Amino acid sequence: MTDIVLSIDDLKVALPAWSDRRFAVGGVTLDIRQKEILCIVGESGSGKSMMGKAILGLLPAPHVRAVGGKIMFEGRDLLELSDDDMRAIRGGRIAMIFQEPMTALNPLMKVGQQIEEVLEIHTRMSPAQRRERVLELIRDVHLPEPERMIASYPHQLSGGQRQRVVIAMALALEPALIIADEPTTALDVTTQAQILHLIKELQRAHGTAVLFITHDFGVVAEIADRVAVMRHGEVVEQGPATQVLGAPQADYTKALVAAVPGLKPRLKELDADANVLLRVTNLQKTYRTSSGLFGGTVREVHAAKMINLELKRESSLALVGESGSGKSTLARCIIGLESVDSGLIEIDGERISGRTRAELRPFRKHVQMVFQDPYASLNPRQRVGDIIALGPMLNGVSREQAIAEARELLHLVGLKPDAVDRYPHEFSGGQRQRIGIARALAVKPKLIVADEPVSALDVSVQKQVLELLNDLRKSFGLSMLFITHDLRVAATVCEEIAIMQRGEIVERGATAEIFATPSHPYTRSLFEAVPGREWISSLG
Amino acid sequence: MKSGSLGSYIARRLLQTIPVILGVVVVNFLLLQLAPGDLATVLAGEAGGAPKEYIDQLRARFGHDQPVYVQLFNYIKNLLVLDLGYSFRQSAPVLELLLKRLGPTLLLMGSTLVVSLGLGVLMGLLAALWVRTWKDHVISVAAVIVYATPLFWVGLMLVLVFSIWLDWFPTSGMENVVAFHEGWNRVVDIAHHLVLPTVTLSLFYLALYARLMRASMLEQRGLDYVTTARAKGQTDRKITTRHVFRNALLPVVTMAGVQTGGLLGGSVVVEAIFAWPGLGQLAYQSLFARDYNLLLGIFFMSAVLVVIVNLIVDVIYVFLDPRIRIG
Repeated sequence: MTDIVLSIDDLKVALPAWSDRRFAVGGVTLDIRQKEILCIVGESGSGKSMMGKAILGLLPAPHVRAVGGKIMFEGRDLLELSDDDMRAIRGGRIAMIFQEPMTALNPLMKVGQQIEEVLEIHTRMSPAQRRERVLELIRDVHLPEPERMIASYPHQLSGGQRQRVVIAMALALEPALIIADEPTTALDVTTQAQILHLIKELQRAHGTAVLFITHDFGVVAEIADRVAVMRHGEVVEQGPATQVLGAPQADYTKALVAAVPGLKPRLKELDADANVLLRVTNLQKTYRTSSGLFGGTVREVHAAKMINLELKRESSLALVGESGSGKSTLARCIIGLESVDSGLIEIDGERISGRTRAELRPFRKHVQMVFQDPYASLNPRQRVGDIIALGPMLNGVSREQAIAEARELLHLVGLKPDAVDRYPHEFSGGQRQRIGIARALAVKPKLIVADEPVSALDVSVQKQVLELLNDLRKSFGLSMLFITHDLRVAATVCEEIAIMQRGEIVERGATAEIFATPSHPYTRSLFEAVPGREWISSLG
Repeated sequence: MKSGSLGSYIARRLLQTIPVILGVVVVNFLLLQLAPGDLATVLAGEAGGAPKEYIDQLRARFGHDQPVYVQLFNYIKNLLVLDLGYSFRQSAPVLELLLKRLGPTLLLMGSTLVVSLGLGVLMGLLAALWVRTWKDHVISVAAVIVYATPLFWVGLMLVLVFSIWLDWFPTSGMENVVAFHEGWNRVVDIAHHLVLPTVTLSLFYLALYARLMRASMLEQRGLDYVTTARAKGQTDRKITTRHVFRNALLPVVTMAGVQTGGLLGGSVVVEAIFAWPGLGQLAYQSLFARDYNLLLGIFFMSAVLVVIVNLIVDVIYVFLDPRIRIG
């Protein structure tokens, strides 16, 4: 067919000898057609990013390299091209958009210069022409004040703005194909919606083909014309988006689709007169940064402005907000890691706020935290058993008994009890998060504060961990404050929701009610930003 | 962000240095009180012994008979009008002695800074470009050896080889005093004398900066923005010069700023070995003569020097890294 832009034929990418499998990509065959968005979906380790990098010859050579197959583009095999020919294609005919807008730009170079660099490499435009084109590109990606923008440094821009700069860079020479590797994963949900919209708009306007790599089926539903599902370096299913999403054939695809958290709100299971476990009254917290020894300018960030919250015993509340909304600060205040400026935090009728560290110690065991990053939150030099047993031991339990309890807890969270003698690095991300949960449960807390506990996990693992948390809540009679940026996750886990924006709770209530009739404009914008919400709702 | 507030930033930083320097002076003053012996006993000892009355009389003349806090108070009071006292040993005002010695020390420090930073950055850059080849190994191993070699030993060996065996460079001093060189000839003469002390003092820092630059280059080369530049189709050479180099330089500049204090300390040893007429040599002499007025003056001058160099480095940093916000 003539409308095929890029044709991958039996591509194999070899991993270094010391890795756990031979191929990152093991024989993938794919075609990308003109004017279409092809989504590659897969979990971490599926080889989807490696495939994207292989097309542009950006694999981390010499350890990882393409060892077989063909990548045909404009009549030539990209794997056979010389370095110089490949450079002419990179940025010119095929461009790339990366995942991390915070690090994808050179911090010491002005944004305009970085876009201009593409033109400098591939064209003979005069400086004035280049400048004109850069300004035009900045307008195309809807960045404000183009003149000021080109003179800015990356750190002066927000994540979404930086991603627009990267997109402008990719568009500079009207490439035939754009490879977008998880371009919205690091962004807030409303920003993600804007960037997805932009990519789609530009793709339509310029007729570019896009290879869009993602782990999120919601994003796929939002943007894809065709979908290929990858697992362990192989394509398990491919076809038109409607078909793959609507009637998946492969078992793996079915499992992935089933793991996507739905938008079905969780209902209240409890009677209204259960007593209150956590009460936050008029909480205020402001961060001030003064500069220098003699004062100078003071910058204030209101992380929490007059927060009022209530959490009933054996219930769960989701705190939903984007980055910088103050949700993590609130959690840290509740757990006593951060002092409050004013206001009251009570747990079980006892005041937590305004106490010294020593005074707080007896209360510590009532509240425990599950952290976001399962890799950084466990001490790599301690055995799992010691990590879990430390809490009870600090509260006077003997070591033997604490370790015995740790074994039981590990069994409870779905790990083998003999994991007590192993070190954290021997476990996967999902397993580590289970260890983190076991650690939190060890001191028999009344309240668990979970700060984005599943956002670092793959979707299928995410589902398992959420189910585990749910089961444990019931069997231990726990209350949970669940902090997340993801409305979908909030809906599956919690019967109540509080929406935070810029240090304020803008809306609070039962999940079902808020989902049915969101009243605050910000809540509505959050709902509209949920990627693929129509498709997710259709899953029922 | 820059120009307008830069002046006020520098002014404020200079203001902040006053308590720092006063603190240094007080600590040094009190520390010297702990040292056994004073100028009076040294003078008496050199005269082959003296009656106690004579020593007491000397002490009264130097003001050492007063309580410590009065001495300290007087010293700081005089310091505020830049009166650093009188060196009874050298029979000259301390300030005058210091200013005479400051030039040679600054010359030695400056040339060392240029050589060690320039060559260190270059070596690190080359090692990173040739990473894991034999050339990289040669540079890296040499850097480790130099890094681990004591300064005084290097100095003595250089004198042995280049002055005594080969007779390429003079063994000591800053210039050939009896030759009475003038104008350009004098510059050449001083430069000739400068070579060995500079090499001795530079080697350690050169190795340090080379290792740091290599590590920094390799770290930066793995970052995302480099992949972005590659995806643009940029050549490897341009990626190195336009993107990686400036980013990699930042930690080296930070380290160079931190090391200036150490450089001053190292120059004491080097000046002693090469009889370089700088502050370090003066410090060495005044310590053994118990000439505490002079020693305190040298400490004061060193503190001022370090503080100013750090300020200069911070200002340079503002221009190198747009993320640094001043004010």
